[in-house]
Amino acid sequence: MRLNDEEKAMLAGEAGAPRRWAIAHQLAVGRFFDAEDLVPVSQAHIMGDTESLGEAGVAFLEGLAAAPREERRVRIPTITDPRGLDFSTYARLKQTDAMVRLEKRASDALEALGVLMTNTCINYQTVFPPVMGEHLAMGDTGVVIYSNSVMGARSNFEGGPSAIAAALTGRTPRYGYHLDERRRGTRRIVVKDRPRDWSDWGALGGITGGIAGSYWEVPVLEGIGGVPTSDELKHFGAALASYGSVALFHMEGVTPECRAAREVFNGVLPEPVVVGRADLEAFKARYAAPGEKVDVVVFAAPQLSLFELEEVAGLIDGRRVHRETALLIATSPENKAAADRMGLTARIEGAGALLLSGVCFYQSYAREMAEANGWKRLMSNSAKLVNIIGGYGYLPSLGSTAQCIDAAVAGRM
Amino acid sequence: MAVLSAHPGIGSAVRGIALVARDNFSARYDLDRIKGVFSRPAHALHGQSYAGRILVLNTVKGGVASAWMLRDMAARGLIPAAFLFNRVNPIMAQGAAFAGAPLLDRFDGDVTALIRTGDELLVEPELGRVTILNR
Repeated sequence: MRLNDEEKAMLAGEAGAPRRWAIAHQLAVGRFFDAEDLVPVSQAHIMGDTESLGEAGVAFLEGLAAAPREERRVRIPTITDPRGLDFSTYARLKQTDAMVRLEKRASDALEALGVLMTNTCINYQTVFPPVMGEHLAMGDTGVVIYSNSVMGARSNFEGGPSAIAAALTGRTPRYGYHLDERRRGTRRIVVKDRPRDWSDWGALGGITGGIAGSYWEVPVLEGIGGVPTSDELKHFGAALASYGSVALFHMEGVTPECRAAREVFNGVLPEPVVVGRADLEAFKARYAAPGEKVDVVVFAAPQLSLFELEEVAGLIDGRRVHRETALLIATSPENKAAADRMGLTARIEGAGALLLSGVCFYQSYAREMAEANGWKRLMSNSAKLVNIIGGYGYLPSLGSTAQCIDAAVAGRM
Repeated sequence: MAVLSAHPGIGSAVRGIALVARDNFSARYDLDRIKGVFSRPAHALHGQSYAGRILVLNTVKGGVASAWMLRDMAARGLIPAAFLFNRVNPIMAQGAAFAGAPLLDRFDGDVTALIRTGDELLVEPELGRVTILNR
């Protein structure tokens, strides 16, 4: 890879050990993907929950944090994805003091690097929205696909170590979705029935992910019929990234690089796959368990916007969560503070639910929570969560927000 | 001996026994990393131990967590000896680089068909080469 003088100096260790590690890591990844050089990035976003880091990851962060201040501080604004637990609610969820200690160590180390602890996977809604053409190092698949597709920004999936490397060097290897030629459409999907709620949008994302099936495919959707909201695109993109590992989609007449589908394909348009109402219903039916007792209902993955919190509050007003069912809702610290101020938290928690701040259910020691609380059957309106959580020993079901609230109140699907 | 070619990879050369499936991979979605087994019921390798095996799968799916998790799996001694895929996403490459785990992809052909479970392999990432020693 081609390096400029500043990059060569970093590789030689002249800017300290953390930056030497960072650029060496970036060169290993860049060479693997045939990157020709590094591209400057304006923001980094670090996925750093301790369930993923483990002791080894936390020790690595502490190693970086032990370097002299001028050697360890990040060079660009750098923020964080949801944490492994919410310090104010962990005991109610039977998360342990050992988890708290590990989480605190990780937070302290990241803060020592100069990282801003935003603890959110909806930073594009709440912190600092990306701009078309902006090169980024985003560390959450939902953030990447939203930034690339809806905003027209440019990022690959940057796992925690690579996002930290980008934060330390201010750049990232130029491959994948930083390149014009990689952003062309490769699959064509015609949508016959507009999704009706967030679980429908997630189902469409899951179906599209199954059709695309690879990080290197770029699905193009036609026929959506009207501009979706930010929350609808959030659920669609998060599910698409989860089921298909996809990092970029185009939506005709909606996303900024695709006024017309023909603009984003090279040559002849491929034959489309048609997705209709029956496909959405069949997707959700894969997870159906009518009449089953439900242990935990979760709204998360991605964290809820203020508008989603308002809808949940409206659906649960005057009702009570079943005594044998937990209803958990995760949002960003900014939205939690707003929800507190606007009375949404009081309405939600007054009904027996728990509003979590700065976490996201599957990143919060989900397996250990299941064992400690006796949870098995989970219901959510998030297709992404439903896709992930089976690996943690849960039996997941996908339903609309209203169906989820009904199940939480009845204690059954 | 059969020799397979791939794009130059990440990590050091290693020998081991193959564990193969025409399925995909995510450390978060598919594994019980405490026990070292595939835990996702729908996965083709559900219930099987992956520790010390050369894992041969189609592609990588899901989120970014594998980038951290491979290093922690290595630190606890419960990690495959190497990873061979048809095609990986950036997270797998980043995770392998961070963990020092051998990784290869982009073979001349479908690697999940070219290699069988139980084959003894020599994996040489720098050369982009896998040798099937028993055939």
